[in-house]
Amino acid sequence: MAKKKIKTTIEFEGRFQEIEVEVPENEPTAWPRDAQLSIVGKPYPRVDGLDTVTGRATYTHDLDLPGMLHARVLRSDVAAGKITKLDASKAEKLPGVKAVLTYLNAPKIPWYNKKSWLFDPVVRCVGEEVACVAAVDEETAEEALRLIEVEYDGQPFVLDPEEALKEGAPEVYPGTKNLQGGKPVLLARGDIEKGFAEADVIVEETFRTQGQVHACLEPHASVARWTGDRLTIWDSTQAVFPVREQLADALGIPINKVRVITQFMGGGFGSKLWLNKYTVIAALLARETGRPVKIVLDREEDCLNTGNRPSSIQYIKAGAKKDGTLTALYLKSIGPVGAYDAGAGCGAPLREVYLCPNVKTEEYMVYIHAGQARPMRAPGHVQGTFALEQVIDMLAEKVGLDPLAFRRKNYATKDQVRNMPYSSKGLAEAYRLAAERFGWPAAAGWPHAKKEADPHVTRVRGVGLASQIWGGGGGPPAYAIVKLNPDGTANLLTGTQDIGGGAKTIFTQVAAEELGLPVEAVTITVGDSETCPFAPLSGGSITTPSVSPAVRAAASDAKRQLLEIAAGMLQVPAERLEAKDGKIFDTADASKSLPIVQVTQKMGRDMIIGRGMRGPNPPGVALNTFGCQFAEVEVDTETGEVRVLRIVAAHEAGRVINPLTASNQVEGGVVQGIGFALFEDRVLNEATGRMVNANMHDYKLPTALDVPEIETILVPMPDPAANNVGAKGIGEPPIIPTAAAIANAVYDAIGVRIKELPMTPRQVLAALQGRSRHA
Amino acid sequence: MSKSNSSGRTLRFGRRCFLQGAAATAAATQVPWGGAEAHVLEEFPGRKRKLVPCRLKVNGSVYRLEVEPRWTLLQVLRREIGFTGTKLVCDRAECGACTVLADGKPVYACMMLALDAQGKEIETIEGLARGQKLHPVQEAFLKNDAFQCGFCTPGMIMAVKGLLDRNPNPSPHDIRRATSGNLCKCGAYTKIFRAAADAAEAMRSRR
Repeated sequence: MAKKKIKTTIEFEGRFQEIEVEVPENEPTAWPRDAQLSIVGKPYPRVDGLDTVTGRATYTHDLDLPGMLHARVLRSDVAAGKITKLDASKAEKLPGVKAVLTYLNAPKIPWYNKKSWLFDPVVRCVGEEVACVAAVDEETAEEALRLIEVEYDGQPFVLDPEEALKEGAPEVYPGTKNLQGGKPVLLARGDIEKGFAEADVIVEETFRTQGQVHACLEPHASVARWTGDRLTIWDSTQAVFPVREQLADALGIPINKVRVITQFMGGGFGSKLWLNKYTVIAALLARETGRPVKIVLDREEDCLNTGNRPSSIQYIKAGAKKDGTLTALYLKSIGPVGAYDAGAGCGAPLREVYLCPNVKTEEYMVYIHAGQARPMRAPGHVQGTFALEQVIDMLAEKVGLDPLAFRRKNYATKDQVRNMPYSSKGLAEAYRLAAERFGWPAAAGWPHAKKEADPHVTRVRGVGLASQIWGGGGGPPAYAIVKLNPDGTANLLTGTQDIGGGAKTIFTQVAAEELGLPVEAVTITVGDSETCPFAPLSGGSITTPSVSPAVRAAASDAKRQLLEIAAGMLQVPAERLEAKDGKIFDTADASKSLPIVQVTQKMGRDMIIGRGMRGPNPPGVALNTFGCQFAEVEVDTETGEVRVLRIVAAHEAGRVINPLTASNQVEGGVVQGIGFALFEDRVLNEATGRMVNANMHDYKLPTALDVPEIETILVPMPDPAANNVGAKGIGEPPIIPTAAAIANAVYDAIGVRIKELPMTPRQVLAALQGRSRHA
Repeated sequence: MSKSNSSGRTLRFGRRCFLQGAAATAAATQVPWGGAEAHVLEEFPGRKRKLVPCRLKVNGSVYRLEVEPRWTLLQVLRREIGFTGTKLVCDRAECGACTVLADGKPVYACMMLALDAQGKEIETIEGLARGQKLHPVQEAFLKNDAFQCGFCTPGMIMAVKGLLDRNPNPSPHDIRRATSGNLCKCGAYTKIFRAAADAAEAMRSRR
């Protein structure tokens, strides 16, 4: 029988795609909003937590295989130019070196959208892969790198995106004027000029945000081993299946010969979403030497060329009526994509969050001679929200409205970009719950800095808030398999990866709930392209909403088969049976019941295999997540130091499967948002093109002493329309509004807006001094 | 001790370690605990290794090894003994992922030479549980979900244990200070603090 296929829309980090997918035959009915669930929604500790707290969890970084060699990569230290001399002969002769690859002898594998190669004699940024060696140990490999003689003809380069757009700037690609796509990305609705004409108040401001690096604690790493013509890769990745396919393509081998495994990985945040050069390098070296090869990037390399959140320059002009109604929002942004194609926009929040009929965004994606940008937790939204939410506060002040009241006044009840309703939107509820918990308005007369400043008070406090929107609806394809064992336990297989969010745990909960088994009776296997069916990469907050419905469907399919057996045993039609709390019972007469294990024992040698897939997304509705954060800060006006005292974060992401892991995501996102607001900065040396703080000390990550009181509110709003579990993704939403809320709170405290990130003490002092000069 | 070459790159010390019983299948390399591994060093012409004896006491067991004088405790733990719980993240005392206890004091294993670790009682994450029975800090971390990707966790747990062994009644600020040398990029601090407080209470009620 031909499979029924249907077109459906899926979204990934703001990009929409229409795909054709199979319609599942037996999609379980969505759990209603008020479903009485006994396992889903409960704070179960992680099913793999024991491995983590005992140090037994094996990461790619920890692997040690018999005969394993160590590989290191030589990287370019010029920002632009061509290799004029490359002599690896001394390295090849070093005792202990087993293989050396350069552009001269390596296969020419296209890279970066065919704009370059695995090893390219043309260099476009510091940190490009120039050569690699495999040796018996890391020390020898390092020594070998130093013996490789490379010379470049260094060319002029540009690092500043504004400079890069100017006439006469060194071009990364000749003839492009450093503008990706040849023109800005232009999106508009309504009539922007009319919007400004209708405005009673207008605000114009320019904001700048800094570049960030992902700084995952586990560095990028792969281990490659060939067994005959079959290749196994252990990779610290967020994307087991994409890596598998891309690697097979790069090496020119069939997909079935490649196996990619990630059991535990130490952080990705978007930097590990696809195949990396070092993985291909490990595979090539392993094939050449006939031995397993391990490659681990050191901290400096990890900062140089494994991606970054691009900086941004955002000019916003906004108009509103005197009653606070928005009439026009305009953004012109510049973002550097680096030396290769990438995303660097940040206009989505401005286009989407607030109700406004006249909107125009012009986003310039600019080539510069620096590492390629990669998605980094809520790409674009973090930068854009910082600017937008301050503009909103500026308008609120001009019309004399409380910032929360202004936001409520401009509440968008539908997706204005795609002109369709949201499947659900919990922003109003988030505002209500967070404001109540925070105690907003904290005191009458916002902003507080307007009050007479007491010259003896050197530390001032302020409060602020910000809203956020994100995708998080997920979509097909995603698959799961459930195998029932004779003793009433189950094995669950799905090819997703647990990057730290607790995916293994929540899927175990979903399967257990559906099967009517306790959590302990379900064992999950993820992260193995050979033994698990396809599931998408873990990014874009798609994992929970893509995979949990597939898991539920697989469990439901297994249960259906189980109930058929039970029907015979109980002499009750299968349609009347249900499974819960380890029992199968007649829904019409609960006294007719059997323990599940009795039914599975009856299977004998037969196996029940449940198969499930993620169904299509609901047509005609937008799947989004929403939230808001309130911040209280204290600014030391003598040192310029900003201390975040308290954050109340309310986020709506559909049904919460596990409040422990979900709140952990919120708290973690807030901490990362604080890093973006106050500390982190990818500093490039203008003279050399090198990142000067490519380590974990000079690149400042928040420490335990920087973490405020964080109160998390998981807005209870299951979304049965979204998928059969009713859950959306919560990974990215919590990082989005934090810096903006802090910036608004700082303004409340000192009366001066900080328009550039990070908000360092020097910046704050400069702002304060600027103010007093005008006083 | 680390040396830099002319381009300023830190030399990475290393040796290949051939572990007995390494599994040929997916994921975990099973390491028998509590005993010293037989070491096999791959030699090759032209390479002289200067090895000296080293006697380490780790998690209550004695290990007799041969090390190069410049190897750090971190390298020896991970590669010679096979205790990969302690992680190598920055190798320059900037992140705390390699935190172990040396005579009860939290130290960065990347900053201690293996030879200097002799004569000290070294405790790593692998030594906390007694068979199946978890240490109260481990239990508290598990119960409070005090981790996400888990990479900082071994170091974090050792830092907390180091605190609680010295100070059974820490204030919230004491807990923050004690963990301020351990970076958690995922940002699980809120639950880490809660876990430390829970563990303190559990350990106090045990005394």
